[in-house]
Amino acid sequence: MTAIYKRELKSYFCSVTGYMFCAFMLLFAGIYTMAVNINSAYANFEYVLSNMSFIFIIIIPVLTMRVISEERKQRTDTLLYSLPVSMTKVVVSKYLAMLTVLAVPVLVMGLYPLVLSLFGKVNFLSAYSALVGFFLLGAGLISMGLFASSLTENQALSAGIAFLIVLINYFITSFAYYLSSTAAASLIALAIMVLALVVIVYVLTKEFSLSASVAIIGEGILFFVYYAFPEKLEGLFPAIIEKLSLFERFNIFTQGIFDISSVIYLVAVSAVFVFLTVQSMEKRRWS
Amino acid sequence: MIEVKNLTRVYGNHTAVDNISFTVEDGKIYGFLGPNGAGKSTTMNMITGCLSITSGQILINGFDIFEEPEKAKKCIGYLPEIPPLYTDMTPYEYLLFAAGAKGVKRSQRKKAVLKAIEATGLIEMKDRLIKNLSKGYRQRVGIAQAIVSEPEIIILDEPTVGLDPIQIIEIRDLIKSLAKDHTVILSSHILSEIRAVCDDVIIINKGKIIACDSIESLESTLKGRLEIKLEAKASFEQIKELLGEFEVSFIEEENGYVKVSVLTEGDEKEVMEKIFNKFASVQKPIISMCRIKADLENIFVEMTEKEDNNDSNL
Repeated sequence: MTAIYKRELKSYFCSVTGYMFCAFMLLFAGIYTMAVNINSAYANFEYVLSNMSFIFIIIIPVLTMRVISEERKQRTDTLLYSLPVSMTKVVVSKYLAMLTVLAVPVLVMGLYPLVLSLFGKVNFLSAYSALVGFFLLGAGLISMGLFASSLTENQALSAGIAFLIVLINYFITSFAYYLSSTAAASLIALAIMVLALVVIVYVLTKEFSLSASVAIIGEGILFFVYYAFPEKLEGLFPAIIEKLSLFERFNIFTQGIFDISSVIYLVAVSAVFVFLTVQSMEKRRWS
Repeated sequence: MIEVKNLTRVYGNHTAVDNISFTVEDGKIYGFLGPNGAGKSTTMNMITGCLSITSGQILINGFDIFEEPEKAKKCIGYLPEIPPLYTDMTPYEYLLFAAGAKGVKRSQRKKAVLKAIEATGLIEMKDRLIKNLSKGYRQRVGIAQAIVSEPEIIILDEPTVGLDPIQIIEIRDLIKSLAKDHTVILSSHILSEIRAVCDDVIIINKGKIIACDSIESLESTLKGRLEIKLEAKASFEQIKELLGEFEVSFIEEENGYVKVSVLTEGDEKEVMEKIFNKFASVQKPIISMCRIKADLENIFVEMTEKEDNNDSNL
């Protein structure tokens, strides 16, 4: 496991990717520290993080695009499959290597509040809790990029999928703002989501009875709630969407709140996508 | 030891490997022989756990490859058809990684890597990037990867494809030297290669095993028998009557000349003399008579063709 982790980490820092990732992040951290903390004289480092979180849209796909796609394209994945190591360990090693690359600029950014404290009073607790949130946000987005990379052997496509996922995460809260919050609108949106889930279940399992029962149970519960307690559905869809966005979770940290439920949510999302990546790799044995 | 029991693999509605069973004994070199698309790579991928099976069972030293994959895979070194190389590493770095990933202890890793490098003749190339190496050297790095953890069983999928003749000889010698303390399975569609390297041969065609035996016994079954091709100016019935004691089969007839094949046993020259005398006594001229040599090539062609005929009869 350590061998795979080391190789992966080395491949980031033997090529330009790792350096570019760190440099890009530190460049924007520098620009916003200058603008927010120095020029506008705010003592809150969390504002810097809140402002710069958009750069994940660009740098996450760069980091994750080749992690599994490349193995498949170069046919080195046969080596991974024939190693006496479980696929979970392989994927986790790769994920940890990417987290290490993310940790490098985050640790450097950890020095900024210390430097700022030389010139005034800085609230360390809120600054560092925001930094932890920032790292967890990155970790969650990387796990999604990792999954995107396991779907295709085309790096450009994998980068595209990762870009879309992060982009949707970023903009979905402002998008939810424009959605109708009536009970009927929520019902329709949720009904469509259940149908989409049914289609995914059917594509993955090819079992008609299973997907049909998912459809009947899901839609049944929805319509029951709609007719029995319509007020519960009011504004539910925009609220769900807002809750799903990783960026929205991170924004809680930037308001100076160390939100345990958000920590759990971000860690859980990472775990789910790492698990999905393992499944996607295992599935390849069957095709 | 590898035990393969009733192994089947289906892709969609195409059966790539159809209910095959065989056992690989320790300390021998096995050749996996078959035309392109016969199911060789599919079988090897399944034995090494890279591909799932539709039905059947594979035991590696008693460990089921899908029930206890980690223990089973530890016994195997595998070189796939396309060597799985990280081209931005040097052979030394790559082998160090492979040794680590395969669970070679840290203290022994460097020694194991140097041993594999030496065995595959990579000493001069060990610090160049793999992407700058020629195909032959890449193949060697692939083989070094397979042997670096000193597994008991080494599986090589077409190890000499795309190499020049000198490299082929070197790789064959390498494989032979590996067989001293490993069990080796290698696949090929080139007969002379299997003949030059292997003890036992498993012939596979269209996903089915059609022969599994040592090369000597396969050839000796043919060596005892004598097949003579004969052309004479006589009708097939007359020839059959003359050569009553032998098994005669008709090949073709042209302008009163009949070609037959005579199947028998015994010394080539004695039999030919006997046949000549018989024809001479009734004054039927023999136009030509020669022995058809039996070797692995013939077995292979005969067996694969027989299978094909059976299929077309169905």
